[in-house]
Amino acid sequence: MSGLTLFQKLWDAHVVHVEDDGTTLLYIDRHLVHEVTSPQAFEGLKLANRTPRRADAAVAVPDHNVPTTDRSQGITDPVSRLQVETLDANCAEYGITEFKMGDIRQGIVHVIGPEAGLTLPGMTVVCGDSHTSTHGAFGALAFGIGTSEVEHVLATQCLWQKPSKTMLVKVEGELGRGITAKDIALAIIGKIGTAGGTGYALEFGGSAIRALTMEGRMTLCNMAIEAGARAGMVATDATTIEYVKGRPYAPKGAAWEQAVAWWGTLHSDADAVFDRVVELDAATIEPQVTWGTSPEMVTTINGRVPNPADAPSDIKKQDWTRALEYMGLQGNTPIAEISVDKVFIGSCTNSRIEDIREAAIVAKGRKVASSVKLAMVVPGSGLVKQQAEAEGLDKIFIEAGFEWREPGCSMCLAMNADRLEPGERCASTSNRNFEGRQGQGGRTHLVSPAMAAAAACAGHFVDVRKL
Amino acid sequence: MNKFTVLNGLVVPLDRANVDTDAIIPKQFLKSIKRAGFGPNLFDEWRYLDHGEPGKPNQGRPLNPDFVLNQPRYQNASVLLARENFGCGSSREHAPWALEDYGFRAIIAPSFADIFYNNCFKNGILPIVLDAVVVDRLFKACETIEGYVLTVDLDKQTVTTPSGEAIRFEVDGGRKHRLLNGLDDIGLTLLQGDKINAYEARRRQEAPWLFGGPRQ
Repeated sequence: MSGLTLFQKLWDAHVVHVEDDGTTLLYIDRHLVHEVTSPQAFEGLKLANRTPRRADAAVAVPDHNVPTTDRSQGITDPVSRLQVETLDANCAEYGITEFKMGDIRQGIVHVIGPEAGLTLPGMTVVCGDSHTSTHGAFGALAFGIGTSEVEHVLATQCLWQKPSKTMLVKVEGELGRGITAKDIALAIIGKIGTAGGTGYALEFGGSAIRALTMEGRMTLCNMAIEAGARAGMVATDATTIEYVKGRPYAPKGAAWEQAVAWWGTLHSDADAVFDRVVELDAATIEPQVTWGTSPEMVTTINGRVPNPADAPSDIKKQDWTRALEYMGLQGNTPIAEISVDKVFIGSCTNSRIEDIREAAIVAKGRKVASSVKLAMVVPGSGLVKQQAEAEGLDKIFIEAGFEWREPGCSMCLAMNADRLEPGERCASTSNRNFEGRQGQGGRTHLVSPAMAAAAACAGHFVDVRKL
Repeated sequence: MNKFTVLNGLVVPLDRANVDTDAIIPKQFLKSIKRAGFGPNLFDEWRYLDHGEPGKPNQGRPLNPDFVLNQPRYQNASVLLARENFGCGSSREHAPWALEDYGFRAIIAPSFADIFYNNCFKNGILPIVLDAVVVDRLFKACETIEGYVLTVDLDKQTVTTPSGEAIRFEVDGGRKHRLLNGLDDIGLTLLQGDKINAYEARRRQEAPWLFGGPRQ
């Protein structure tokens, strides 16, 4: 018999009950909650006279609607304010821990979970948010759910699931200078497509992945959903354990020893068999820039916008034509000739301290180009902001002409006041370049934090390796 | 949840691949704390020529005449015909809420994104996967024939065309049972209470750090 994949080990450890057809009741260890996808779940719970089974397994934070500018007046938009107040009220009523606006620990749900030690290796982690795949970076089984399932987890601490197929994405070799986890993620999506991972749990492995920091692994797993996979994961190793150690909610003392002993087994066995294996050579990955309205519409900084006439099929030709029309681009335009109006450095993909440092290295001693209307840096949490300020990174950005903001989801999805106006073009470190994602009519190009900072200073996309 | 048994529905073709949930229901409408009322803002940015906001009346907003849902022949459609990877992106259940509120009960596509597919079943919507070649044929038929109606029979797992051709589709047995009977998932899960208790008791021994959780 062949060995087990990491996915199978995590799955097996959480099986409560299996139906005859293989549908499994899976136990959920950690439930992260935010204001947008939870109000209807709490309402459903109330209407059915139910209460949370384990309030201690849940943690809540407002992130999508919070302002990133001065917060002394609270949230001015009454609709946004009501949603955040509803979260506050629900958490108070049911005894769920909440990192409220104003708490230094408040931030993007996928940043604060790992930061506080609420995300641990071996856990099942869910949240009413597709980017929950982020937490798989710890050797956890983490995936996004809808609001009905948020209610289901609150009521039962379980979910009905069927096992996913497994895919190993193996990245061997050494990354070139200036190449980041974001570039790996976009290169993978470019290779397998936005539906390439549908039905699969992805495991990222190989020497280039093992060499990544936890921040890099989180960026990579975060984008698994952009390849269609609900879950992405990386085996637990010394890097993981080093990151977790000493975090506020990480186990301590004897429990720590007991935990580490189990965590040491959280990797795919050498003879494990995956349903699919995809390989990439790290050395060939270049800085990535998306040109269209789906993350798979991606090329390198030295590439060109494709010509729809060269599309491999009629459907693709139609997609590319529509995308170029929306993006206001002509086929064959060199990526480096595309100028930007705004720059956004932030989101659950790229707002951790390492991301902020990488952008600051580029911003240092440079100025935001006069043609750029707005360049903003939005740290992922109050603690990331505090750390960056302790390192003087805020001053580097402010001197260069960037705005230094309060933590939240911000212009990744533009639910708060941070958004693109129709026709504006943005270099963004977020995860989705969908039509209207950053504001109706807005045009998004996904890049790494260093590439975004470089575009801000040059006024157009530029190869960060040549600066 | 509404039961789904047999549906005779007018079909509307949405000829785009990778339709994401941001397009199905744009983010500003996610500020609502209610489950109902999203239908008028379904596909808001494609459907209207102006910018929609929650609370803004939709009556009288300028419609985009080129968008398929606005064409007179497709009014009151309840079957949405779509292309591959429908419902990709955000996990927002507001997407099936909006589709259901508008009047859609079935969606046919060559493939769906996982989270969206799952969310549909929780809201009385049947997502049907058919071969891309068959879907392409249905696109041509419903664009050619005005008033094109399909009959979806969940129990028999068939989509039947006006000419009487019955096309078989696959659906997971558990999901089918729950949708046919309009059953509440949580109620079913609570029947497994003893097993959940037993699991928790064992895990408290094996992995005590997973219990107790954050304290304020």
